[in-house]
Amino acid sequence: MYGKKVKLRFLFLSLILIVLILTTYLVLKSLEDNVVYFISPSDIKELGEINYNKKYRVGGMVKKNSVSMSTDQVNFVITDFKNEIKVKFSGVIPNLFAEDKGVVAEGFLQDRNFLNALKILAKHDENYIPPEVKEALEEK
Amino acid sequence: MFKFFNPYRIFKINSILQKIVFFCFITVLTVGLVEALFLSPEDYLQKDSVRIMYVHVPAAWISLGIFCLIALISVSVFLFKNKNLILISKSFAPSGILFTLIALVTGSIWGKPTWGTWWAWDARITSMLILFILYALYILSFRTFKDPDKSNKISSIIAIFGAINIPIIKFSVDWWNTLHQPASISLTEKSAIHSSMLIPLIIMTAAFALFSVLIFLMKYNTELIKIKNKGLKRL
Repeated sequence: MYGKKVKLRFLFLSLILIVLILTTYLVLKSLEDNVVYFISPSDIKELGEINYNKKYRVGGMVKKNSVSMSTDQVNFVITDFKNEIKVKFSGVIPNLFAEDKGVVAEGFLQDRNFLNALKILAKHDENYIPPEVKEALEEK
Repeated sequence: MFKFFNPYRIFKINSILQKIVFFCFITVLTVGLVEALFLSPEDYLQKDSVRIMYVHVPAAWISLGIFCLIALISVSVFLFKNKNLILISKSFAPSGILFTLIALVTGSIWGKPTWGTWWAWDARITSMLILFILYALYILSFRTFKDPDKSNKISSIIAIFGAINIPIIKFSVDWWNTLHQPASISLTEKSAIHSSMLIPLIIMTAAFALFSVLIFLMKYNTELIKIKNKGLKRL
């Protein structure tokens, strides 16, 4: 149906695209450590060697009943429901920071179980619900 | 066939279509804005910041959609060497880059009160920035290379190769840990956005789509005028 030239161009383009997709895949795969925005508490446990002068971003859920606030400091626990890490932070807390919600803490590791956070970001989940509906859901 | 696709005829049809699309756009946008800003409820967690979503999400969708369209057209230009098609993809680019910019800026404004930061170098946000750069390169390629054969070739290369970025944007939130939340709406699962918030979102998407069509028609007519000024009967 199509001419010989069109077929040839199609073949050429498909080959180039396949090569390009493979290259992109390999590049992203090898850069995975840099592409992920944060690591989980389990990843921290599995780290080969900890660099105490490097900033780490640890993300997960704020464990229920783990937040304790004093005048200049907040302590809480980040969990991925397998492993946990304690976090100490002094500074401005984002509005959406709450127990049982996502959080990303950036700072220096003291050891595998303790992070001195310099910055805290709240992670929002994909749910958008009006307040009345949320209340009704909780009553169930 | 050539008579039907005569540039002057298309120019006339375009001018009429522009008026219709403009009227539809204004109507849908008004309804969408009233729904989004006043009638829809606030979110239980984000409060009123959720209203930024009604601009952010449609803008991001449309910007991705337009890039897919440009890439598809560029592929067919490469295969069939049809120069008329390149005018179409060229005319879609301005609204594409505009909506990418809107998505980035509104995302930033939303990020400050919710996440606590204006910008994060996570996979979704970075790949979206790359999309913006690709759009910029695509548009610039027409200005840099005056020779139409050359600019057609280079812009097509940018669009086809740049299309690899599209699945990366879409799936970045599933493949890697990102600060950006995963998709709320999918074809197979139930939407994680409550229906009262979904309606304004869909209306706003329709409004933005109409706006890109309007900008496309205007830009396409400008291109046709350029051809007329060159004194060419056809492309």
